[in-house]
Amino acid sequence: MSVGFENNQVLENISFETQKGDVLAIVGPNGAGKSVLFRALLGLIPHGGKVHWNKDTKISYIPQKFSIDKDLPLSVNEFLKFKEKNHEKIMTIVKAVGLYDEQHGPHHLEHHILKQRVGWLSGGQLQRVLIAWSLLEKPDVLLFDEPTTGIDIGGEESIYNLLHKMKEQHGLTILLISHDLNIVYKYANNVLCLNKEMICHGAPSAVLDSSALQKLYGGDVSVYKHSHG
Amino acid sequence: MSASINTRMDNPFLVQLISGTVIGLGAGYLGAFMVLRRMSLVGDALSHVALPGIAVALLFGINPFLGAFAALLLGITGVWLLEKNTTLPSETLVGIFFTVSLALGILLTPQPELLEALFGDIANVTSSDMLISGALVVAMFIIMVFISRGIVLGTISKDLAQSTGIKLGRNNYLFLLLVAVIVALGLKVAGTLLMGSLVIIPAAAAKNISQNLSSYTKLSALFGAIASFIGIYFAGWLGLPAGAIVVLSAGAVFLVTLPFKR
Repeated sequence: MSVGFENNQVLENISFETQKGDVLAIVGPNGAGKSVLFRALLGLIPHGGKVHWNKDTKISYIPQKFSIDKDLPLSVNEFLKFKEKNHEKIMTIVKAVGLYDEQHGPHHLEHHILKQRVGWLSGGQLQRVLIAWSLLEKPDVLLFDEPTTGIDIGGEESIYNLLHKMKEQHGLTILLISHDLNIVYKYANNVLCLNKEMICHGAPSAVLDSSALQKLYGGDVSVYKHSHG
Repeated sequence: MSASINTRMDNPFLVQLISGTVIGLGAGYLGAFMVLRRMSLVGDALSHVALPGIAVALLFGINPFLGAFAALLLGITGVWLLEKNTTLPSETLVGIFFTVSLALGILLTPQPELLEALFGDIANVTSSDMLISGALVVAMFIIMVFISRGIVLGTISKDLAQSTGIKLGRNNYLFLLLVAVIVALGLKVAGTLLMGSLVIIPAAAAKNISQNLSSYTKLSALFGAIASFIGIYFAGWLGLPAGAIVVLSAGAVFLVTLPFKR
């Protein structure tokens, strides 16, 4: 899969491929073209070069954090129904992404989540609803732009665990944009470093060395690598 | 049977009431989506564009509805291009462009028709107008079944909407086209100056008391219909201009819902 842009300012000579079941993290400074890459992969913006997906690949996309007007009269249930009419399927997914809370029971889910206005959800709840939305049509590939912006550390951890679980259960291929190199080490098996051009590509521990990071972010950036038991 | 229907349909007041209520219903429903898309000001100012269209139609002896619709079509195409090609808030440009066309329209419209064009005159509605209004409002509801999902998703996030395969550009243009149709229809009821409020106020009132899209859009349509009905009924009864009473009724509905805002 290779993407090149006519107006070379944004992205140049990007070429990579990814396998089923991969978790590919895309890292790079602000303005590196990460979100642009996603839009090109989805065919939402004109681009040169070729993007090739396997036949019948279903791609789901969660854009970078966007604010939803608190006043917007749209319930979570209605939002999810835009994608899937079947109530049972919605309930299954909603439970799978951890919006169902054993402690509070079905009443809580019905009245405080599903009938709630989308704009009134907390940041963590909204991201879970968006993940549920993206998983409703059983995609093969999930493109996730900054999954945990504006979410506290506990919430961040549980969202990545959720994505990890989804990948294990459904063989989902995940492409995610992240700023957090620790997350990349922990959850991604491949990384693509991007700063208008491709700076590195490969397994995080192999390619994210200090020279790549310096090229990527400039100055002295080093990573504190720590092992997880 | 058919004779009795004919007599009833010949009753001009009934024709006014039905036409106005149907148009109010459509305007309220469509207005709900305009308010969602933060098009309140655009919607209000857009109706002003109709005036030069009416003026030109009158000068050439064409049906003023067609003139108004043609002018509105130009107006919405302008809005659409602006939305599509820039992320600029269109409000300022629209505010300038649309009020300038109002000024132009005031100069061009023949004096005797000016008052009617500005404030509407439901008394002139014929039963064929009523049938045309009904058909167009039904068509609007049918088209909205297909495009409302895209409009709501596009309001939340353009990327999200497009990634699900929605053709936003086409979707939005269809929507604006419906806006032009409804505004052109509503000119009979409320005129170029007041039509915008018949689209916006019912939606604002419905938004005050709705938790979800379904009740919001239904209430908005209902409020539009109620405001039109009450307005035309009392205007006929008291011998006052209908457009003004319709808009006042809508304003009253808004005030009633305000304390319940959540």
